This record gives sequence, C-alpha cells and structure tokens, in this order.
Amino acid sequence: MKEYRTVAQIAGPLVFVEKTEPVGYSELVNIVTADGTVKRGQVLDTSDDVVVVQVFETTAGIGRDSGIRFTGETIKMPVGKDMLGRILSGGGKPIDGGPEIVPEKRLEITGAAINPYARSSPEDFIQTGISTIDGTNTLVRGQKLPIFSASGLPHNDVALQIARQAKVPGSTEEFAVVFAAMGITREEANYFMADFEKTGALERSVVFLNLADDPAVERTITPRLALTTAEYLAFELGYHVLVILTDMTNYCEALRQIGAAREEVPGRRGYPGYMYTDLAGIYERAGIIKGVKGSVTQIPILTMPGDDITHPIPDLTGYITEGQIVVNRDLHRKGIYPPINVLPSLSRLMNLGIGKGHTREDHKKVSDQLYAAYAEGNDLRGLVAIVGKDALSERDRMFLEFADLFEDRFVRQGLYEDRSIEETLDLSWELLATLPEEQLVRIDRELIQKYHPKYRKKAQG
Amino acid sequence: MEKSNEKRAQGALKRISGPVVTAVGLDAHMYDVVRVGNEELMGEVIKIQGENVIIQVYEDTAGIRPGEPVSNTGLSLAVELGPGLLTSIYDGIQRPLEVLVDKMGNFIERGVSAPGLSHEKKWGFVPTVKAGDEVKAGDVLGTVQETNIVHKVMVPPRSKGGKVKKIAAGGFTVDETVCTLEDGTEIAMLQRWPVRVPRPVKEKLNPDVPLITGQRILDGLFPIAKGGTAAIPGPFGSGKTVTQQQLAKWSDAEIVVYIGCGERGNEMTEVLTEFPALEDPQTGKPLMERTVLIANTSNMPVAAREASVYTGITIAEYFRDMGYDVSLMADSTSRWAEAMREISSRLEEMPGEEGYPAYLAARLSEFYERAGRVVSLNGEGGSVSVIGAVSPPGGDFSEPVTQNTLRIVKVFWALDAKLSQRRHFPAINWLNSYSLYLDSLSEWYDKEVSPEWNPLRAWAMGVLQKEAELQEIVQLVGSDALPDEEQVTIEVARMIREIFLQQNAYDAVDTFCPMSKQYAMMNAIKHYADLARTAQAGGATPQQVIGVRSKNELPQIKFIKDYEPELEKIMKQMESEFDAMRTV
Repeated sequence: MKEYRTVAQIAGPLVFVEKTEPVGYSELVNIVTADGTVKRGQVLDTSDDVVVVQVFETTAGIGRDSGIRFTGETIKMPVGKDMLGRILSGGGKPIDGGPEIVPEKRLEITGAAINPYARSSPEDFIQTGISTIDGTNTLVRGQKLPIFSASGLPHNDVALQIARQAKVPGSTEEFAVVFAAMGITREEANYFMADFEKTGALERSVVFLNLADDPAVERTITPRLALTTAEYLAFELGYHVLVILTDMTNYCEALRQIGAAREEVPGRRGYPGYMYTDLAGIYERAGIIKGVKGSVTQIPILTMPGDDITHPIPDLTGYITEGQIVVNRDLHRKGIYPPINVLPSLSRLMNLGIGKGHTREDHKKVSDQLYAAYAEGNDLRGLVAIVGKDALSERDRMFLEFADLFEDRFVRQGLYEDRSIEETLDLSWELLATLPEEQLVRIDRELIQKYHPKYRKKAQG
Repeated sequence: MEKSNEKRAQGALKRISGPVVTAVGLDAHMYDVVRVGNEELMGEVIKIQGENVIIQVYEDTAGIRPGEPVSNTGLSLAVELGPGLLTSIYDGIQRPLEVLVDKMGNFIERGVSAPGLSHEKKWGFVPTVKAGDEVKAGDVLGTVQETNIVHKVMVPPRSKGGKVKKIAAGGFTVDETVCTLEDGTEIAMLQRWPVRVPRPVKEKLNPDVPLITGQRILDGLFPIAKGGTAAIPGPFGSGKTVTQQQLAKWSDAEIVVYIGCGERGNEMTEVLTEFPALEDPQTGKPLMERTVLIANTSNMPVAAREASVYTGITIAEYFRDMGYDVSLMADSTSRWAEAMREISSRLEEMPGEEGYPAYLAARLSEFYERAGRVVSLNGEGGSVSVIGAVSPPGGDFSEPVTQNTLRIVKVFWALDAKLSQRRHFPAINWLNSYSLYLDSLSEWYDKEVSPEWNPLRAWAMGVLQKEAELQEIVQLVGSDALPDEEQVTIEVARMIREIFLQQNAYDAVDTFCPMSKQYAMMNAIKHYADLARTAQAGGATPQQVIGVRSKNELPQIKFIKDYEPELEKIMKQMESEFDAMRTV
C-alpha cells in the first residue's frame, strides 16, 4: 500500500493531504505517526488536488511527517456470532481483554436503507412492564422509540428497566441487546455494565463504549458500528435485537464539531444542515423485513439541553423516530419513578400493536380516555393555583383528583416492578371508575359494560 | 424526448463531496441526466461553472474516485407515463420499489436502474378514434382498463397531431405503436415527461367544488376545493401523517398520489399494508387501485428526495389531463426544502434565511402553482389538489418553509401539539386554521347539503370563538363566576369540540363521516343550544340545562353507521327532558 507524506494542513480533526492518486470518497485511511502509532480516519472530500481526511482519534502526534495510507475500501465492521457477550471500544476494538472477533463477515457500516417495500409492518407488542409505556405509549417490535430526558433525570434506570423486562408475551425468546455508549462517563457506563452482569443480560449483549474522554469524532461511527452488528444479529442470525444508544446528544455535538472544523455553513444553533439526514441514517435502521426472522428495535436516549424539547436535537429526532418517551423533571421532583410524562409522550406504532389479538380490545379507548382525563385534570391545576379549589365545579374537582391519582398509582411504580398488560389495563379501569360513567366519552358503551369495575363486580357476584 | 439512451459525451470526475460531485470535460446542459462513475450512478446537472459541471447524485457516492468517467444521456430527468402507474410504489426517481427488491434484495443498493413502467406487460387497448379522424395534442386515442380506473391514452402534449392513418384494438406493450398518423408519426402508450416542467393545459378554472374528505373539521369548517392547495403544518406528534393518510384514504378524488418525502420507512409500510385492504367508500374497490405511492424515506439519498415531489406532481398532472380529479399529498414538504438546503450548502451557495437557499420561496410557489382545476388540452375537466404537510422545527410557524408556504396556499390546517396531547384528534386548531375557499364553495353547500348549512357553520364558529374569549375569563375567576347564559355557551362549545370536531380515525365508522351526517350532528347540537336557551328564558338554571342526560348519548352517534333512528330517539328524549323542566 502506498504511503503519502504530503500532509498540507491539519485543522481540528481534519487532515488535508495533497498530490495523491485518485482516492475514493468515504474510504478508510490509516495514518502512521512518527512513533509508529496508527490512527484511523475517513475521506470526507476527495479531488485531484486535495483529499480531506477526518481522523477518528485525537490528531495529537500527527504532523507533516506522518504517513497517510489509503486502504482503498470504505469502513467495514467485522461481525460474527461470538460478538455476543463482548465489550468493544467505540471504534469496534475489543476492550474486555478477550480475543479479537473472529469475523464471519465484514459489513459496510453506513448500512443501506431498507427498501420500504421489503419492510413488514411492526405489530408485535413488547411488554416492558412499565404502565406508562405499555398502557399509553406502547412499544412494538421493530420500532424506534427514543427517551427524551435531561440532565439529572433517571433515564438510565428507565432504559435498564426496559432492557431487563422487555418481552413479547407468549414468546420465550429473549432480546439480544446491543448497547452503544457515546460520550457518557465511566461511572454511567459501569452502572449499565453492573446491571447487565447482575441480570445475566451481558451474555446476550454486545457493548460498544465510547466514553467521555474518548475522541469525540469516534462517536460519529459508534452508533453505526452498533447498528451494523444489530442488523447482522437480526437479519442474518434471526435474533430480536434491542438497541440502546446513549447519549445521542453527545453524538450530535460531535457532528457539530466536525461541521465547524470543515467551515460548513451552519444550520440551526450551529448544527450542520444535514443533521436530519445524518440522524435518519441511524434511526431508520430499525424494523422488520418480510420473510426474515429477526428484528431491530431501537431505544435511543438523548438529553434535551435546558429541558427544551424544541432544541434541534430532540426536534429532529422526534421527526424521524416513531414517537418519544418524555422523562419529566416535575414528576421526578415529586419523587415519582419512572417520571414519564405521558402528555408529550407518544408511540406512533401503538395502534398496530394493541387491541384484539395483540393486547386487549379495550386498550386503545382506555388509553385515549386516560390521556383526555389526565390532560383535563392537569390543566385544572393551573386554574386551582389562581382561584383555589373551592371555585371549581364538582366535575372539575373530580378530574383534578383523577390527575393526582393517575400520577400516584399509574405512573409510579417500582424499579423492579414488572406489570403485565392486563394489570396495567385493569389498573386503568380502577382509576377511570373514580370518574362518573357518563364522563367516559371516549369509550363505547359495550366496553364499559364489559370492563368497568362496577359491571365486572356484578357479573362476578 | 427521444427514447435513445445513447451517450453523447464523456467526461471525468474531479471532486466528490457527498451527494455533490464535480466533473470536467463534459458537454452538458442544466438538468441533464448523467451517469456517474464506473457503476453509472444516476445524477443530474445542477450547476455549470466554466469547465466544471456540478452534479447531484441520486445514489450513495462512497468509494467513487476522481478520474472515473461521467457520461451525459442528454435527457432531462423525466418520468414514464402510461398504463401501469396505478398501484405502483416508487422511489423519488420513479424506480419501482417492488422491482428493486427483486433486483437487489431487501436493502437499497446502488447502481441499479429500473424503468418506471413494465415494458413487457401487454395492455388491452380500445381505440376511441378511427382512421381518418383529426387528432391534436392531448386528444384521447383510446382507453385501457388499468384497474377499476379507465386509463386514457392521449396524444403527447408536444405532438403536432394530424390525421389518424392506422389505429386498432388489441394487446400492446407500452412501447408498441398503437396509432400511426398520416405524416408517419407513431404514437405508443408510453409518454416521457420532464418532471420539472408543468404539463400544458388549455385553461385554468376557479375551484368551486369541495374535495370531500369525510373529516368533519375539514369538510365542515375548513374545506378545500378540488384543485385547491392546503398546508398542514404542525410539530412532530401532532398528527400530520395520520391526517394526510386519512385524506389519501377518504377524499373523493378519483386518483390519489401520495408522496412520502423524507419520512419514516415503517410509516410507508403501514400505508402499503393498509391501502390494499381498505375499500374506497365511493366504488367499494380497494383504495390501492386508484393510488400511486412515492416513498423516498429519510435515509434514502437526499437528491432523490429533492426529485420526489416533482415525480409525484407530474404523475398527478398526467391523470388530471385524462379528466380525473387527483389529490396529491406531500409528506413532508419541509424534508423537501431541507434536501434543497443540503444540496445548496454543498454547492457553497450564499444561504438565505436559516441556511435555506434564496430560491426556496420560488421553488415552493412553482410547485403549488401546478395544482388547479383545469380544462385539459382535450377539453376534459380535471383537477390536481395539493395538500402539503409542513414540519416546522420546534413547532414554530414563523420559520421560512411554513411562512413561504402560507403565502401561497389557500387553506391552512394548523395542527396543535396541545390538542394532540389531550388526544383531541384530528388535532387541528379551530381558531388558527382558515380556508379561503368558503365563499366560492358556499353555493355548493347550499345546493348539495342544505341551505341551512352555511349559517350553521357560521354559528358553530361563533360559539367556538366566544368560548375562547370566555375561557380567558374562566382562567381568572373560575367557571362559576360566569353569567348563566355563558355557562351554557361553554357547554355547547364543549359539545361541538367533543362531538363534532373530534373524530376517531381508527374507528371503522367514525373514520369517514359523510356530509349528510355532519349536517345532522351539527344540527343536533344547535337544537340542544336552542332548547337550552328557551329553557333558560323560562327560568331553568344552568345546572338543569347542562344536566340534561340525553345529550350524553350524542357522542355515541359517531360510532353508529345507520345513526338516524338512534339520533331521532335521543332528540326526542332531549325534548321531553326540556319539556319536563318547564312543567316542574
């Protein structure tokens, strides 16, 4: 392989190389520094005159005397069945002291788009055991459902609880977990690892760790390595894979950093204009393919800067993913775990995975009724603050009480409490029964007579 | 427009930067389609700068090197028009996704081309003109039964026309000549039309017939006309896609073109699995039979996303020229605008507002202007209605795509995250939305629904407006402090919201509400309001009036198909309850 010593300029993570033979766009590059260290990079722009290389590691040690080797191929990930149970760096190298991965295949990490025609509609209900997800924002196999959180909130606990409890009722298959950490602290990573080890989940997991002090640019490939692995496990080996990506905010920061180094025209708040397309290239790698056994379900976690859901990172994410689970500071302050605010939360694929044949026939309408009643009660809280409880009508007072009850009974649950969907729905009815029956306008009469505790008791008694 | 695929010029690549590449030594014109690199990826010339020709590539460019060849096809980006369009699902540059699965498997790899229409399939052609007839551009030569839709085979718009020499019935592929003119011109069923050029029409007309959608808030309060334009802006999760899909399913257009532009893969799959199973309420046939889908999901190449809306509207115009009413949904035009921004920034163009190119407004208005009710070249009346979803960042309507869209479109359906959070669907805000077609459509409503409809609509809007004002007071002093009369107004407004405006897209009956039922429902609410007013004048208290039990039954009407007997029963009960109030 030819080695060039024609570095013209080094700026941030970018190295400009001159007078090369034709180099392919996106090609993998090895950079050999004076002391013999090999660093990896990728071609961002190629022309007759100059080639721009983005280095995944720190550029410390790279100088005009460094040797540049173009490998002639794009970045590929060696994948194999023995990856399960392994811990890899954010760049895909084993860091658990074990042997190198024996590759059965080497796959492009950018991953081609699944042909929409080849996709199969996701409709297998995943029971997470968390009422606010199962009952009101149902997750289905093949969905991408992010957790929108903010600093200081227990999103890691929520993600872990999902990973621990997720199952498809009626199926004994366990999920394989692909966990990609981007820029999180060692402490957080240990927290995840300890839980994986404790529950035995590690054996069926592949872990990618790019920690806070690892090179930021490496973060831009970590989720791609993770998803390439997930797709291999799912679509070639037939596993149902749950991918947890945390923290996507750090990923986007890295993207912005590279954009700035390239002197690109920035979009909103300095993030690159192609961030939507870039994020879509990650999030869209979830789904089910017709006639293929496995599935990829994604749970990306991101922290909203300043709790602001309109910030470009949560905003663009929400436009790509199939809903979002919003972790809320007020609920957390009230001491409610999991502090999931159902009002801004949403699961777009919920309707495909619930109802007769999936969960229970009353699921959709019960969920709508819970939402409507809680929203109404929640609004009244603002009013009470101004006029006092006494000024409320009888009806309003009931809704106000419902909102408190909802948070205390439905939202709140234990870190290890695994509620079945029947338990969640029955609990919903119990709460709805505190409202007068004619206020349950979202539910048709038949279902009320079948499931409302008032009639159920009669039927049983 | 000739069919030849022969390469006219060869050049070489000089620079590759993502989807934008530079070639030298290429004889090219703007918007020529070129083949890039050894793998012959499809691209389009978007800028010429001295020796340098700048090309946007519709496929992934990883691994392409400077020095690889570039060839010019000499054609502009065009779509194939003819029998076989319906029930198809295409990517942004009209490659059938079904064929792509056969050719390259479950993932979209690059360097594969596939024609938009099958060139092997034979279609039964029945002539409607005979030898000796004079035909001109746009005239119908014959028909093909494509699905349950009759596909009309037309003389291409740019043809000179002339006297028919030979025409015969029979089975033909789209390439075979079905008609020969005296001057020797051979006409096949297949037409190619460059996507960036609107197809010509004889005349544009004013829209005066509504596009009935079966959605109460749209038909009832903010109707769109056939041939009109509408925008649905809203933050994520407010129900844009569901609303678009409802329109695609239930609007009374004869042909539906649905463009999934930069959206989710799973959502397109949902459309794909759902549409063939759903029945068209007008014909009882599967909805898919009248539908053309274009799916360029967010992770498919960005340049093809830019092209997808043009591909879609050109297909829509083609069916319009046959005399059909076509409705086109674009979900989402913001992703299209972002594709423009992305390419513009790769070109290092001077950015306008928020990094969007300065020509954003011009591109948007050119696109929406292709909608309209027209007299086509052959004298048929047809229309293209365009409904564009807009995804404003952070739900902020002041951003450039929303603002530039609102300057053009006539109907604005403002989605509201607050409403969707409380599961008020469709989450269209009744105070912010508007339709500028109300005047031109009022005659139709008078004639086809009831002369009372227009005043009834005005009454409902008045009540909702009044409610908004009263709510401000309630926020300060509580509802008990309102005068008696206003307490009932609030209740009536709540009924309008919960009974009329809320509609369940997932309920088999409520998903489509015919205009006659909309009228009956609104009339029932008005009747309650009138009875309440009379009762109050007779001394009834607000609690009595609001406590009328039979009105709690009204929401159930939504879920009953043959609702008339039930509604009549409820109204009778209501009247007797009010009567009882008077006698006590």
